[in-house]
Amino acid sequence: MFKGNFIDNLPKIYGTYTGGFLVFCLLMALLESNGVSAKTIGILFLIFTIAIYALIGVLSRTMQADAYYVAGRQVPTVFNGMATAADWMSGASFVAMAGGIFYGGYTYMAFLVGWTGGYVLVSSLLAPYLRKFGCYTVPDFIGTRYGGKFVRFCAVLVLVLASFTYVTAQINATGTIASRFLGIPFELGVWVGLISILLCSMLGGMRAVTWTQVAQYIVLIIAYLLPIFWLSNKFGFGFFPQFMLGDEVARLGELEKQYGLVKNSAAAVKAAGVPGGLKSLTVSHAGVPEGGMAAWKFISLAICMMVGTASLPHILMRYFTTPSVKSARRSVAWSLFFIFLLYFSAPALATLAKISILDPNLATGIIGKSIADVQAIGWVKEWIAVKQAYIADFNGDGILQLNEWFMRGDVIVLATPEMGGLPYVISGLVAAGGMAAAMSTADGLILAISNALSHDVYYKIIDPKADVAKRLIVARILLVVVGAFGAYIASMRLTSILGSVAWAFDFAMSGLFFPLVLGVWWKRATRQGAIAGMLLGLGAGTAYLIYVAPAFMGNAPWMGIDHLRFGLIGAPICLISMVVVSLMTPAPDAKTQAMVDDVRIPSGKTIL
Amino acid sequence: MANKAEAHWEKTKSLMFLTLAIWFFFSIFIFMFGSSLNNASFLGYPLAYYMCAQGSLAAFVILIFWSSGKQNSIDEEHGYGEDD
Repeated sequence: MFKGNFIDNLPKIYGTYTGGFLVFCLLMALLESNGVSAKTIGILFLIFTIAIYALIGVLSRTMQADAYYVAGRQVPTVFNGMATAADWMSGASFVAMAGGIFYGGYTYMAFLVGWTGGYVLVSSLLAPYLRKFGCYTVPDFIGTRYGGKFVRFCAVLVLVLASFTYVTAQINATGTIASRFLGIPFELGVWVGLISILLCSMLGGMRAVTWTQVAQYIVLIIAYLLPIFWLSNKFGFGFFPQFMLGDEVARLGELEKQYGLVKNSAAAVKAAGVPGGLKSLTVSHAGVPEGGMAAWKFISLAICMMVGTASLPHILMRYFTTPSVKSARRSVAWSLFFIFLLYFSAPALATLAKISILDPNLATGIIGKSIADVQAIGWVKEWIAVKQAYIADFNGDGILQLNEWFMRGDVIVLATPEMGGLPYVISGLVAAGGMAAAMSTADGLILAISNALSHDVYYKIIDPKADVAKRLIVARILLVVVGAFGAYIASMRLTSILGSVAWAFDFAMSGLFFPLVLGVWWKRATRQGAIAGMLLGLGAGTAYLIYVAPAFMGNAPWMGIDHLRFGLIGAPICLISMVVVSLMTPAPDAKTQAMVDDVRIPSGKTIL
Repeated sequence: MANKAEAHWEKTKSLMFLTLAIWFFFSIFIFMFGSSLNNASFLGYPLAYYMCAQGSLAAFVILIFWSSGKQNSIDEEHGYGEDD
């Protein structure tokens, strides 16, 4: 299967795979209608998909450095786009985004703009040039462009900090899904998730991760889109919900007015015994908050996410795997297209879920109904039992008001099929999709960290004479160690100390964005400048984070720059210190300048 | 050689600035006026809601396809095209 003309056969191979997966879903539906229990179906979905990924991982094993680090640089444009999309869309994108929109409405959707707009920066400022450079890792570019071991080490430092913040959340997500659907304790689920993740990446490095990510993208996009189309058509909201929910959005506006968006006092919520993390609806769906500060909060969040996207090493390194500079550029466009398919569906899903709960004219509506009736509904009962939903009858009238319904945001994606009364097989599919999303991102991140440690720290700094076999063994050992450390943090439930996924973007933005961009676009940038930029940018950003984050010092944010946006402090300081120090130090030598000239020309040999 | 490379880089730079200007418009500029934008509607959606739910997202996809095509023709024009 993986010989000679494998690349030419890709469309056929993945076509067959997609067909096979759909047949598997039909088979599960058949089993369900024959009385096989929901639990068994959930287990079969997870085991079948993970087994396929592991098989791909084993078949892609390699002992060549080029294949291990950059998949042999032969991943076709469109397939690299799919792999990047899976790499990009994390468990959070898959599970939490629609819930975020459900509760945050327009304000939350700054994330959507931020997590897509960043790719414009990737394609025009970075990806093609890094591909021309021919590096194995992102610190490899920094280390060679600026010259020196210390500058390389600084880049590794930023990479590890940003990627590790991100990866524990992914391992956490795999653990949650594995424990819920396999019926095992969370602590064990985390390790099951980790083993699945390592099976995909350990033997084949980037090559294996690439081909499993393509397979995971196919599963996750089917799992996300199928319930949305099904629900929308079932309730007659429109054949193509992404474009046809205008009326429903308007209707939500009316319902919000009718019910009133009441904010419960913290004391009342506490007195009613609402479990932590559950929220009631308080923010308008499509309404834009008035005022300059609200607009600034939207824009500043979008900026952080965009610039952060363009600095995240696990994304940038995906564009090292294409056959040419031209295809790297094109591949960014395909990546964003595949990401777009999910992201423009998330608001549709949030709208569908919201209207099916809120609208009293629909059979699925629960607001305004008697609490006793609502509590008897199957999915409500189940989610209340696991403390993911809660009803607090504040006014004691026995009728469910909008402000009396509490739910965790993540429930939206997982429970929507049940809310809409779809068969359980869809819930199993959604679980497999969430698992695919979390696994693919975790694989990309763990590989980015361990490759930087093995290639940049071990090979380039500690032991430059090591042969390929030894380097690849070290790479694998580090892969397991990094993964195990992440799983350990997740299993100890320490993830909350690492805060939000958004922090990863802010760390990357503070330390890496300008050193990368100016490395290509400003010949005058020097080693000392880059070191100053990375250390001061990262230092300032981190210091501000500690100053402002509620988990640490919790001071009042300056100009609305809270802990989700600390990159707005780090990145400008990085830029200023990098420019000032560069201008104070002698210009880079002729050889470096010639290298930068060469990077800017797409054709010809790579530089390394 | 040097002139050829310089001319190529000048054109590449202009394309980059143009791309980033369009990017700025769809990612930042329009959201400065979110609340007034929302009075207009598109496909039945309030406009600002529509733009952050899919309008800007679609604009980014089209923008990257367009600018990568444009960059390819710049490369070919200066003899730096690649065949694959």
